[in-house]
Amino acid sequence: MSDPIELTGAQAAAAIRAGDLDPGELFAAYRDRAAADDLNAFTWVGDEVSEVDVAAPLAGVPFAAKDLFCTEGVPSQAGSRILEGYRPPYSATVVRNLHGAGAPLLGKTNQDEFAMGSSTENSGYGPTLNPWDRARVPGGSSGGSAAAVAAGLAPWAIGTDTGGSIRQPAALCGIVGLKPTYGAVSRYGMIAFASSLDQAGPLTRDVTDAALLLKHMVGRDPCDSTSLPFPEPIELPRRERLDGLRLGIPGELSRDGIAPGVREAFEKTVALAEELGASVDETTLPHAPHGLAAYYLIAPAEASANLARYDGVRYGLRVDGDQGLMAMYTRTRARGFGAEVKRRIMLGTYALSEGYYDAYYGSAQKVRTKIADDFRQAFARFDFVITPTSPTVAFTLGEKMNDPWAMYLNDYCTVPVPLAGLPAISIPNGLSEGLPVGFQVIGPAFSEPRLLDAAYALEQSIGFDGSEARA
Amino acid sequence: MIDRAQVEHVARLARLALEESEKDEMARELSGVLEHIEKISELDLTDVPPTSHVVDVTTPLREDEPTPCLTREQALDQAPATQDGGFLVPSPGASPA
Repeated sequence: MSDPIELTGAQAAAAIRAGDLDPGELFAAYRDRAAADDLNAFTWVGDEVSEVDVAAPLAGVPFAAKDLFCTEGVPSQAGSRILEGYRPPYSATVVRNLHGAGAPLLGKTNQDEFAMGSSTENSGYGPTLNPWDRARVPGGSSGGSAAAVAAGLAPWAIGTDTGGSIRQPAALCGIVGLKPTYGAVSRYGMIAFASSLDQAGPLTRDVTDAALLLKHMVGRDPCDSTSLPFPEPIELPRRERLDGLRLGIPGELSRDGIAPGVREAFEKTVALAEELGASVDETTLPHAPHGLAAYYLIAPAEASANLARYDGVRYGLRVDGDQGLMAMYTRTRARGFGAEVKRRIMLGTYALSEGYYDAYYGSAQKVRTKIADDFRQAFARFDFVITPTSPTVAFTLGEKMNDPWAMYLNDYCTVPVPLAGLPAISIPNGLSEGLPVGFQVIGPAFSEPRLLDAAYALEQSIGFDGSEARA
Repeated sequence: MIDRAQVEHVARLARLALEESEKDEMARELSGVLEHIEKISELDLTDVPPTSHVVDVTTPLREDEPTPCLTREQALDQAPATQDGGFLVPSPGASPA
């Protein structure tokens, strides 16, 4: 048997089923790598795997979960000091689903606090480093999951995407990241950021692994009344050609503000898509450039309500004093939340406050309607819309920490997608300046099987080699 | 755009204690972000319905049947302070205005 770390999740599952790989040894190999992690990708690593059902679909191949997935008895802190030491009494539905499919939990991964950030620098437990260049960020907010998968510290991982938090770190770390259709995956047990946008998805080495994990994540959950049954089975992708596929490039998300190297890589893959038989043409998403503004009203507004629960009463940090209940609330929150979370709570509270609601939150919800309409019109002519995932490659640690809007611009190409509730995948699209670049494919709601097929065909043709980051 | 007094008002609404030194910084940062956000006011949004939920679903109903839930011990297990089987909090009466 060759080095098991070099196997993808699907390959490892097949090797275990064939009797060529022992699931206990696979777990131990990853546990040792994760425990020796010098990227600060993990916030907690499991000891050993209990019994494994090798006949189960995931055959004992372990997964890493972003810290914000509640896991019974396991620290689940969402990257925040306000939840330091919190061990939930129950597990998120997604975690239970993956356990049920035979995948044990390897560990919890670092993230921007409450998933608010694009670099994982906003974690209360220190930043995660990018395995391609340790002076750079892995992206965020699922930066720990992305770095762990890219560096071979985990076979595969799950994360959450609210404005790009799966796709952007996947792009910056040279792996695959899929944000499913809103409602495809249960949000129950995910520590909430912005409930109308949050969606869990896989971060994997290749498209096949993304399909395999997604297959076992989706489904209607009575504990999340916004979840829906996935309308068809999710199979492993096999498509090698793109004949008959119509791809639309929105000028708004592929020209201005995109770094030259990222643009060049994008155009190269567009040409590849045409060689594979796809027809490619310009499309337009006229309201997409306003996505960031709408997002940075809606997400903080929802966050300000969701984060009201951290009050020092039921769980997490409490800062007491002798000045009564209100002072306990305000001091606990002042001490427990980091700078970015405070900014977003303030922004969201302001946007919802009397006299400003219509101008801010109300307008943002209307922009959301316009963005969804733009996509609807694009999908009348095209099967998928394609863009670069992130406008730039990974930036250096600290580079954007003093300018919130510069940080937010990382989400420029990803943020319109969750505003419209759509699925999108980012696949590795080569290197620029020696660093990974992502290629994003966006589809209509519940088009994941076809999205994965198209991404698979492109992946085979691009032939990205991520082994350098695992060395 | 947002001044110090507004920061203090919003912080009170958000139950967030800010240091004196943080307030001007917060006003500056929020104003900077709002400057970008306000560009949406240039859009004509009359007669556009707001989206609060992206997927068309009707509110699902279920039978009102008791199912297992957390025990009292589990619910209190992570609390910073408990007493007599409940969450213990400081007196609300002692709150400053």
